[in-house]
Amino acid sequence: MGLETHFGHSVVTTRIDAVLNWARKNSIMPMPFGTACCAIEFMGLVSSQFDLSRFGAEIVRFSPRQSDLLMVMGTISYKQAPILRRIYDQMPEPKWVLSMGVCACSGGFYDNYCTVQGIDDIIPVDIYVAGCPPRPEGLIEAIMKLQSERIGQETVLARPRPVVSLPVASRDREGGAQETVRH
Amino acid sequence: MNETLQQIKERFQEAVAVESGRDGDVVVMADTRSARGALLEVIGKLRDLGFTVLTDLAGIDYLQYPIQQPGRFAVTYILSDLKRRQRVRLKAYVGAQDPVLPSVTHLWQAANWLERECWDQFGIRFEGHPNLKRLLNHHEFVGHPLRKDYPMRSRQPLSENDSLMDEMVVRLRQKGLLLPGIEAQLATPGVRVSDHGEEAAPGSPSFGARGGAASAAVVERITALPGVLGEPEFYRDLHTELMFLNIGPSHPATHGTLRALVALDGETIMAAVGEIGYLHRGFEKSTEVQTYNGVIPYTDRLNYVSAMMNNFAYCKTIEKLLDIETTERTKAIRVVIAELSRIVDHLVCIGANLVDLGALTNYWYLFNVREKAYDIFDRLTGARLTNSYGRIGGLARDFYPGCGDDILRVLKETEKAIADVEQLISHNRILLDRLTGISAVTAEEALSRGWTGPLLRASGVDYDVRKAFPYDGYEQYDFEIPTGTVGDTYDRFFIRFYEMAQSARIIRQALAKMPAGPIFPDVKTAALPPKDDTYNNIEGLMNHFKLIFEGVKVPPGELYDSYEAANGELGFLVVADGSGKPFRNRCRPPSLLAYAAFPEIIEGHMIADAIATLGGLNIIAGELDR
Ligand code: SF4
Repeated sequence: MGLETHFGHSVVTTRIDAVLNWARKNSIMPMPFGTACCAIEFMGLVSSQFDLSRFGAEIVRFSPRQSDLLMVMGTISYKQAPILRRIYDQMPEPKWVLSMGVCACSGGFYDNYCTVQGIDDIIPVDIYVAGCPPRPEGLIEAIMKLQSERIGQETVLARPRPVVSLPVASRDREGGAQETVRH
Repeated sequence: MNETLQQIKERFQEAVAVESGRDGDVVVMADTRSARGALLEVIGKLRDLGFTVLTDLAGIDYLQYPIQQPGRFAVTYILSDLKRRQRVRLKAYVGAQDPVLPSVTHLWQAANWLERECWDQFGIRFEGHPNLKRLLNHHEFVGHPLRKDYPMRSRQPLSENDSLMDEMVVRLRQKGLLLPGIEAQLATPGVRVSDHGEEAAPGSPSFGARGGAASAAVVERITALPGVLGEPEFYRDLHTELMFLNIGPSHPATHGTLRALVALDGETIMAAVGEIGYLHRGFEKSTEVQTYNGVIPYTDRLNYVSAMMNNFAYCKTIEKLLDIETTERTKAIRVVIAELSRIVDHLVCIGANLVDLGALTNYWYLFNVREKAYDIFDRLTGARLTNSYGRIGGLARDFYPGCGDDILRVLKETEKAIADVEQLISHNRILLDRLTGISAVTAEEALSRGWTGPLLRASGVDYDVRKAFPYDGYEQYDFEIPTGTVGDTYDRFFIRFYEMAQSARIIRQALAKMPAGPIFPDVKTAALPPKDDTYNNIEGLMNHFKLIFEGVKVPPGELYDSYEAANGELGFLVVADGSGKPFRNRCRPPSLLAYAAFPEIIEGHMIADAIATLGGLNIIAGELDR
């Protein structure tokens, strides 16, 4: 880039946290865990009209081992749940989770025998995006929020993050079988 | 139709009840509680009469149904005669105790997964089925959720996914890839796999559902024996061993929810088995507690790429049950929007498929115009993707002023984009090499597998619901049904270009003579009153209130109706009990039968080809798993 031409031989001092957060914030590598309709809106988000690359987050990695933002987009069924948990566990720290759409956030209107009532029963979530599906603008807002409020809060020594203690007894509204998410 | 009815009546001579259904289809009732074999006989006779295609197979649980039925459960077979364009609904009743029917998998390949689904959801066994495992629910699931006495919110978490090795071993054995040594090992008790068709007694613990326990043991045995997996002679000096690989469910090309376990020799797939249900979200159960209009948002999420087609398909079924006719304007609007949705669906299919094949550029071309179509949908319905635009008897709202012009403008841009993409790819040697001759499916095979829509047409059968059972005034429009010749991935892929051109033709014709008038017929008991009335006079308000809160009262009865959705024949089998909520809401998803074939048609091809094949099938998980 030729920064030397502007700065010459000068030195910039800063904190290591600040540099790391600055880099992380502007080069998010999302792992799209798209299972349903919401994933179609994600396709809209990364294509030219909404263009996620304006926010430095367009390099989609389909390997959890190369990504730092898990985007859960779509309904998670009990059959899918162990896989989601495994993908999350495979991601290296530091990592963030975005829950897109009411299905991922709370089960949505699929309040029935096969749907997990919110992925926070299985993995910790950093940001929830409402909508069914959320509009791409909503997702962009969520990513900007994540950049300013979560990723910017990191320190090398400790990071604030939601804690989910496992196993979790999930919400059970009308009797039914005793549910405990096992791992 | 009467002629067919007569023919069938003569053929059966009082042995089974034959009547004419409300939809004009013939209904044959077979009480198979005492004589199970009778069912196969009836089916055989119907096949002789020309009803050679199994369109759907679905269970119904009549517990608490207000009208007395001969048995608690019924399995409905929808048989179609594509030549004469007729359908027969065959109902086989079974009792509550150990419901069992003979399997029809030897007659149609489509029956395989349909029967598995029926077993999974209702616990109706099919004697002679080669692999009666659960299909949609996970392997640790206990009970059968679509039974009326299964509580809707009784959730059952899963601890570990099925390894699928039990099915894989059966498949390897069928393909002669298993050495005799392991055959003996597998024959020992405790490692019985689920090909219980011949040996295991029905009702014994290993029967059906629980493949999981056996499979773990099988995997252990296999891995414990070095070199047990067979290799064909010509590979032997290469010392290749079969390698097992899971493609999906979390894989970019499987769109998050499809899974295939493949046995690889190098990069060639020697054997494959599939698993679905990762997006099973209980459409059929959830909608039983919704009013008829309340089901519409759920239908959006079946094939969510062309949501409005599902709305219309569902509304059409209920309208037929209610015996009401939609207005001319509604019909024309539905045609325009449905065809535009078909174009969007095909754009997404082609764009995504090309991305999977590594041709990223086209994606931008196609998705830009897709966004423009979404802008119209957005303005028309308030949502980009899940529009809920249909209403029973009509539409959520009329076209906004200038909507037709917007559509024509977008159509023009879309055609330009499609032409650009076609230019980019149709002579691209790499792409052609990757598509031509891959996973070819003949017409007979496609019919036996229950394929419909673009897939069936790619195999050379010109069956299209719009022509075979015209609705919404499709008979007035001038359009053709493109067909393929070979039925390979190339045909399945490129046929969508031709279909889009035909859709554009239909849209132009429909917009040119768009009739004026109301969007709801004057039927107070079913059609929502105009918003003006709802807000400004008391009758309108009350009528609206009753229709929304109690639901449209549909008189008892049942019928199957179908619609040409983007992926093929989207059917609904609805049982009404006189209340405002459907008693049973069966959706016949075209994707299910397409994906059922996937593991078999990729065998012998490379992994990369399998990805191309999957893209060509255009499986939409919401519709596949419901
Ligand atoms: S939130 Fe809505 S759009 Fe998203 S996956 Fe769920 S049903 Fe589909």
